Amino acid sequence: MIQLPCPWCGPRNVSEFRYAGEVTPRPQPATATPEQWRRYLYVRRNPRGWTEENWYHSAGCRQFFKLRRDTDSNAVEEPR
Amino acid sequence: MAGGNNGPSNGHPSTNGHRKPGKPPRYSAFSLLKHGLAPRAEWPRAWRSPALQPSYDVVIIGGGVHGLATAYYLAANHGITNVAVLDKGYLGGGGSGRNTAILRSNYLTPEGVRFYDRSMRLYEHLAADLNFNVMFSRRGHLTLAHNDSSLRTMRWRAEVNKLQGVDSEVIGPEEIAKLVPYLDTSTSTRYPILGALYHPPGGIIRHDAVVWGYARGADSLGVHLHQNTEVTGIDVAEDRVIGVRTNRGRIATRNVVNCTAGWSSVISDMAGVELPVQTSPLQAAVTEPVRPFLDTVVVSGTLHVYVSQTDRGELVFGASVDPFTSYSMRGSLEFVEGLAGHVLELMPALSKMRLLRQWAGLCDMTPDYSPIMGATPVDGFYVDVGWGTYGFKAGPVSGEAMAECVATQRTPEIIAAFHPGRFETGQLVGEKGAAAVGH
Repeated sequence: MIQLPCPWCGPRNVSEFRYAGEVTPRPQPATATPEQWRRYLYVRRNPRGWTEENWYHSAGCRQFFKLRRDTDSNAVEEPR
Repeated sequence: MAGGNNGPSNGHPSTNGHRKPGKPPRYSAFSLLKHGLAPRAEWPRAWRSPALQPSYDVVIIGGGVHGLATAYYLAANHGITNVAVLDKGYLGGGGSGRNTAILRSNYLTPEGVRFYDRSMRLYEHLAADLNFNVMFSRRGHLTLAHNDSSLRTMRWRAEVNKLQGVDSEVIGPEEIAKLVPYLDTSTSTRYPILGALYHPPGGIIRHDAVVWGYARGADSLGVHLHQNTEVTGIDVAEDRVIGVRTNRGRIATRNVVNCTAGWSSVISDMAGVELPVQTSPLQAAVTEPVRPFLDTVVVSGTLHVYVSQTDRGELVFGASVDPFTSYSMRGSLEFVEGLAGHVLELMPALSKMRLLRQWAGLCDMTPDYSPIMGATPVDGFYVDVGWGTYGFKAGPVSGEAMAECVATQRTPEIIAAFHPGRFETGQLVGEKGAAAVGH
């Protein structure tokens, strides 16, 4: 099992967390085109390598945080 | 990933040299006897290893069941034989060799049921079509319901299935106990079994044989199969595919079909095509062989597990995808622990069974749990991707439909609902209720 560095609780088993997806910029609801909404809702970069993502420490501090992870090796970057 | 020291795998032990082009000898009881009695019993290679040509009419990326079936039907149904299938590893080394080999067509949407039913019908006579024993074992498929909402979805699926002419019905715990005596159908379990969707045509097959059969069939019709050939780039000029770059050189072509799983985003990015796909590993495990006692496929969505017994006697267990996206195919201990617990809730008698091994495969999940198939905004770049956890059973129909799509430049009706543009228009084909853990 891999461990994730929670910025508040320190390293914890990944089973304590909920994956909340890639970090994707949210378009302005008032001005977004349907095309922009489609991309925001469905399209993911899904890279094979380093990516920035949201995680939720559901069985711990219950905070959302951003994390950089290598999807190929599951290595994670320590939070700054 | 490479096929050992003997070069690329071809379904047979290495022999001297390569077979000449042309029809391979037919497999039959007579050929078996002849080779058994011959003093130097060497079977000819099942397919050739030709040199990479500078150009092909169609280049198919991904040498799994989808890519090989597409190549086979391009040649067999449409006479297009100047085709190359490229695989970065060996044939059938990805999802085609990592799935749990379960076949069924009891889906939720009419589009899905029609599509998977066509695949079942192709599988039925695949061994005869390909002259290759694919060991299709039709044995019935049970999807258990442990709560009211699951039972409601089962009834829904049963009605959709019947309307499409697919044999499917909801049965109660007494009938389930008759079909699978070792299942704990008592009411004292944590999640008592309330009923099941029974799908008699469902079954299992030998997935490697399907890959090898299609490879041999495609090769005999003139298709070139290139293993250990990794695509490094796709050349696009004025929104049209003009070539493919590989680690063995460039290929000029005007048609590229992306038949990869686990690499579908990476390959599509090369052509500049965005896909609504997220890749997650799915783990499975197999036990030591025991005497035959389970002649149905048993699936439980609530317990995230499915069980079948192979012809050799091993129990094959599968689960749902891992809880976060990843391209890593390493197994995890928490998976085995969870799986074993769930299996024992279903069949307590298995507590002494020993697991032999576990593995993972990559699943390209789409938002609606249906595949993404057809032409893309880049001319000549076709996709047959997003196969999530249901790609193997769809191999034959996908090959047939993608071949027609490439050959006629029109999208066949049977895959029209799965077109890549559906996420833009909101015409999703929601199969989560039947595909999430329902292999």
